[in-house]
Amino acid sequence: MERLRVEEPAEIEIWEEFPEELDLEHPTEWALRGDRLPHIWCSGCGIGAAVNAFVAALKQAEIDITKLCVVSGIGCTGRVAGYMNCDSFHTTHGRAIPFAIGLHLANPDLKVVVFSGDGDIIAIGGNHFLHAARRNLDLTVICVNNFNYGMTGGQSGPTTHIGGRTTTTPYGNPEYAFNLPLLAAACGAVYVARWTILDLGRLRNSIAKALQKRGFSFVEIISPCPVNYGRRNQIGDALDELRYYKENTIHNPEAPLEECDLSLRGKIIVGAFVDREKPTFLDLYRQVVLSRWE
Amino acid sequence: MSEPAMPSQKVEEVSYQILALSGNEAQALAMKQINPHMVAAYPITPQTEIVMTFAQYVADGLVETEFVSVESEHSAMSACIGGAASGARTMTATSAQGLAYMWELLPIASAMRLPIVMAVVARALSANLNIHCDHSDVMGARDSGWIILFCEDPQEAYDTLIQAVVIAERAKLPVMVVTDGFVISHAVHPVRVLPDEAVRHFVGAPQPAYSLLNVDQPITVGPVDLPDYFMEHRRQLTDAILEALPIVQQVGQEFADNFHTKPYGLIETFQTEDADVILVGMGSFCGTAQAAVEKVRREGQKAGLVKVRAFRPFPQSEIFKALRFAKVIGVMDRADSLSGTGGPLFTDIRAAFYDRLVTLKPQAVTSLVPCPSPKIVNAIYGLGGRDVTVPQIYQFIMELFDVAAGKTVSQTWRYLGVRE
Repeated sequence: MERLRVEEPAEIEIWEEFPEELDLEHPTEWALRGDRLPHIWCSGCGIGAAVNAFVAALKQAEIDITKLCVVSGIGCTGRVAGYMNCDSFHTTHGRAIPFAIGLHLANPDLKVVVFSGDGDIIAIGGNHFLHAARRNLDLTVICVNNFNYGMTGGQSGPTTHIGGRTTTTPYGNPEYAFNLPLLAAACGAVYVARWTILDLGRLRNSIAKALQKRGFSFVEIISPCPVNYGRRNQIGDALDELRYYKENTIHNPEAPLEECDLSLRGKIIVGAFVDREKPTFLDLYRQVVLSRWE
Repeated sequence: MSEPAMPSQKVEEVSYQILALSGNEAQALAMKQINPHMVAAYPITPQTEIVMTFAQYVADGLVETEFVSVESEHSAMSACIGGAASGARTMTATSAQGLAYMWELLPIASAMRLPIVMAVVARALSANLNIHCDHSDVMGARDSGWIILFCEDPQEAYDTLIQAVVIAERAKLPVMVVTDGFVISHAVHPVRVLPDEAVRHFVGAPQPAYSLLNVDQPITVGPVDLPDYFMEHRRQLTDAILEALPIVQQVGQEFADNFHTKPYGLIETFQTEDADVILVGMGSFCGTAQAAVEKVRREGQKAGLVKVRAFRPFPQSEIFKALRFAKVIGVMDRADSLSGTGGPLFTDIRAAFYDRLVTLKPQAVTSLVPCPSPKIVNAIYGLGGRDVTVPQIYQFIMELFDVAAGKTVSQTWRYLGVRE
């Protein structure tokens, strides 16, 4: 595999220039609720790394944390909202995006980020994902995809690979899985990317880009679930899964999205596939509706 | 109304096993033995284990069930409604937010008279997010036209789920079998398990009067029903609910007779005959309360306990008969109705007494046998999994004896075991 290059800026540059008076023991401390740590995630889980990348991206994109609201649904990734040291919502299962829409429309000055899992955003809340992307609402959706419902003990969902073993498909899943970048792009998202949690530098850059983007931006993070999914599918422990990512990840932002399906032990095509401009929901609302009254 | 008892295999002819099972495992095993045509479900703690275990049975070819892992509880209940309308025997399971998310479909299942059986592992409704037991989820579904049966332990959970299939199909109404989250669902008890053939013989083959797949008799399910007939149809649903009461009783009786289990009825009483103070509760609480009542009895005071098994339809007459000679009744609710007037069971029991003692007095049995017009007080306990202990219940019973002795009550309901 082509050696993964970290795009600029380098990690170390992001953490420079912290005000002395913050007196931080850890560079992410300002954005996390230290009193809530240690977190609940299993060892080898990728969500912690995803949160670290997110915090670094907040710094890189110079997001004012007092104007940030993080919204999560239910599940392992659903716990992210509780660990962020900003206004955050832990919503019901599947409804993170509608809560976020309310927050965004009532106060468009807020930076609203939905940080949740595949089971939450794509399964029970799939409908909201389609419509938020279709309307091009100015939201950033970060989806940690670990291919199963981890919190309830590893059941199959709409992202489980064909043949994937879970507690509800003990001899293999017979259903097709969603191709999330294709879905997001087809619904109208203006920024669509996919990374694994091994690809932290690009992931951070990509989340920073998504945060700065006007409109519906979507970042899928492929993450190991060694306890529930990796173990049942003979992927091995978390290190084995990272090794699998290292050997099978192909960075190809030009890849046709129809060819970016994921398969069990198959290649993972990553990249920032879509980066386009179009008016947001509020732009159109002002143009089509409010302009009549001005 | 109800059909004659089904001939069933006597348990002497077949051997049963005692297995160490949690409530969830016992219910999954019952589902395996029932072998329904279709199960559609979505994971939610603490129910997940039932469906997960059942999925393994499906994968291992131990059942002939079509198992659908849908994308939400809303879809799970929708799929069950479709399955049941096509004449299939359908089952599902859920908890808390899952049950709340099904809510739109619950009255549809009952109004369409579809005999769906659902294991509900009771858990507190959000917010704040809590995964532990209380009955707020079930109480949200209280008025949906479903038969609601509460279980006290894994044995009852197993037995009741099997009975529920027969009750549902005979009453042509959906049934919820409620177990307390974690307290029953995850606690391991010895469970007397019947042989597969005995269960399959007891539940028999479903014989739906109407089904979508009968091409000789095409029907439409759930069409528009405007002011001209809607009210008559709702009235028929109420009649169906009333007719379900003796069916629950009868199926419990048949089950007990066939398999030599303890009696199953609408309510269960413990030392109520001469009791001055009687507690009324539902679910796992009753086991704990029984220990407290025994302690009070050993100390020479007359306390008793009524366990409400059938919460819907509400067995008003049976409950009244069991409680009428008490001086004080303590109603235990594991949910707050948030009406500002106490819990849901309390509301029903108070209403039963007013109906019988005041409004219906000339017809009621009390016109012949005088009864002391008991004081009824309510304790709301165990919300979000807060433990309720024997000393707490004992203390509450003692307070009720003070009330029986004439101490005035300033408020009819209170919280038990809360920091205030």
